[in-house]
Amino acid sequence: MQEAMIKRAKELLAEGIVNRVIGWKRGEFAYDSTPAIFETPEELERDFVYDDLTASNLSKYLIKESRKAGKILAFLKPCDTYSLNQLTCEHRVIRENIHVIGIPCDPKIDAEKIKAKGISGILGIKNDGVDLTIDTIYGKESMPVSEAIMEKCLSCKGKKHVTYDELIGEDGELCDSGRFDMVAELEAMTAQERYDFWRSQLSKCIRCNACRNVCPACTCEKCVFDNDASGIANKAAADSFEENMFHIIRAFHVAGRCTDCGECSRVCPQNIPLHMLNRKFIKDINELYGTYQAGEKPDSVSPLTSYTLDDCEASIVHERGTE
Amino acid sequence: MLRISIDRLNELFDAAAEKQTLYIPVDREDGGAEYKKYEKGMKLSRSLNTVRSAKDFFFPQTEDLMEFRVDKKNIEVKDIRSEAEDFVIFGVKACDVRSFSILDKVYLSDPVDSFYKNRRNHGVVISMACTHPAETCFCTAFGIDPLSPEGDAVCRMDNDYLYISALTDKGNAFIEQISHLFEDSSETEEEFGSKYRDIFSRLPLAGLSTDAFGGDKLDEYFNSDKWGELSESCIGCGTCTFVCPTCQCYDIKDFDTGNGIKRFRCWDSCMYSDFTKMAHGNPRLTQLERFRQRFMHKLVYFPACNNGEFGCVGCGRCLARCPVSMNIVKVMKDLEVKK
Repeated sequence: MQEAMIKRAKELLAEGIVNRVIGWKRGEFAYDSTPAIFETPEELERDFVYDDLTASNLSKYLIKESRKAGKILAFLKPCDTYSLNQLTCEHRVIRENIHVIGIPCDPKIDAEKIKAKGISGILGIKNDGVDLTIDTIYGKESMPVSEAIMEKCLSCKGKKHVTYDELIGEDGELCDSGRFDMVAELEAMTAQERYDFWRSQLSKCIRCNACRNVCPACTCEKCVFDNDASGIANKAAADSFEENMFHIIRAFHVAGRCTDCGECSRVCPQNIPLHMLNRKFIKDINELYGTYQAGEKPDSVSPLTSYTLDDCEASIVHERGTE
Repeated sequence: MLRISIDRLNELFDAAAEKQTLYIPVDREDGGAEYKKYEKGMKLSRSLNTVRSAKDFFFPQTEDLMEFRVDKKNIEVKDIRSEAEDFVIFGVKACDVRSFSILDKVYLSDPVDSFYKNRRNHGVVISMACTHPAETCFCTAFGIDPLSPEGDAVCRMDNDYLYISALTDKGNAFIEQISHLFEDSSETEEEFGSKYRDIFSRLPLAGLSTDAFGGDKLDEYFNSDKWGELSESCIGCGTCTFVCPTCQCYDIKDFDTGNGIKRFRCWDSCMYSDFTKMAHGNPRLTQLERFRQRFMHKLVYFPACNNGEFGCVGCGRCLARCPVSMNIVKVMKDLEVKK
């Protein structure tokens, strides 16, 4: 796949259809690729990588990149195309300046999950579809692929691209990966259990803002929490509940716009399952306003920003608020 | 060295915790490790390192500095400093121990930071030699010996025993109060180290060199055209700075409690848009400038002000945690002007 991508990128550069390519640049190790812009065939040959470990979503970079001169080629995985559509919908990207190649995607491998098994000194990772063989400075290790799959890929929406200008490989189908099961488990808890769960998770927050900054739905020019003039600028928690509030407020802010791309949880250095907050909102929206997938179309209107006579009444809060 | 069987580690912790507050690294459910106040039965983490660094003990993420009460034209200033309690941090790796001496250079030089000094005086650091480094480790590039960490006392642990030896009076006192648990061993520091030394030369970053960097390299790197490409993936979050054991910048803010003002400080990040914002605005308007600041600080500015010592200890946390995997190693390799 990587070779086909490099080949096509070189063609589009040579034809002058695009002047830049956004993709992933090979890192120091087997798992640490960095999003990067490539401008020449030489750079592509030398550094471009696409494999089981290139998990990051490139769509958010297109806000800035699509405003630069010339057209940029963006390689987007199926889930990343939802983010781009949502950004198009919100007029945050200039879609005409982006040439999207939809690329197929298999579940990504999470190096953190490998390390959590106590595997260290990783030099190489090979995936035969069933097992990972990990070459380390201490010798060879192996583990089932299924135990190393990135959290966001465990709840894959499917292999279908919702926007593209061309595809490499076949477009896939949507799938149901039971992504609301864990939300349902949380809903089944008592209020106290749920409170304790979120307190124990969110109190780990170090307020690095990685979740916010990586989030394709968080695109404010200046976040209220960074803005001294907002009156609620908040670099540190004044009391022990503020980190909880930060994440809850952020989840509210992206409600109806979050495509469930899972980047927030991927980047959290403290392994907080932040996507669960957003997914709860998605589940609620589906149940209260009818099934809606943010980013599915480039011109859809979120149920939270439209009004129909069938919308649930505000009293739903009280009705559902009691145990 | 003195030794104790590793089956009896909890006896050691129980005894030490009886004398003073003890913190040890423990495993979390999510796979990460963190320092926790020791309670009976807690198990020492065998992870290489904690997600957050040990700097928290001396330089906490948030800290109240003083309080004001305003009554008409009078302002009452309340000094809320109190003497810290004695505490022991157990199991600090060589990289993190070195970070303390880097923080000391900032906070214990004139004007001395009394909040920091207070905790430093009351803290005892029991370090732990590394025997199972990760691919992200590169402390040796900064002249750190992971098998002979600094600290008040140093531990070395194999599959059978934990060996301990004191390096300072504080370390001696720590061992003294629980000396009944230890037995003499003929194993020497050198013998122990020689069993693991080879592993460090096999690390992928073993060859990383700092030769091209230092206090006199401002002109060589400040205007390098590499910064644009290096910084373009940076999302401007504070992960690298907050997991970093040597990042030492903070912001001071006032919090209106409704009936008074609390002045506090909190970790700041040079990656943030309001970092060092002054009356005229922010001196670094783009992410390129903010990104450059972090690495120039560690590789050029800090050594320029501190006899050549770098502001990085090679713990590898930023390598493991950066959301886009951009980090000091990639910067060094890309930026390096080879002579």
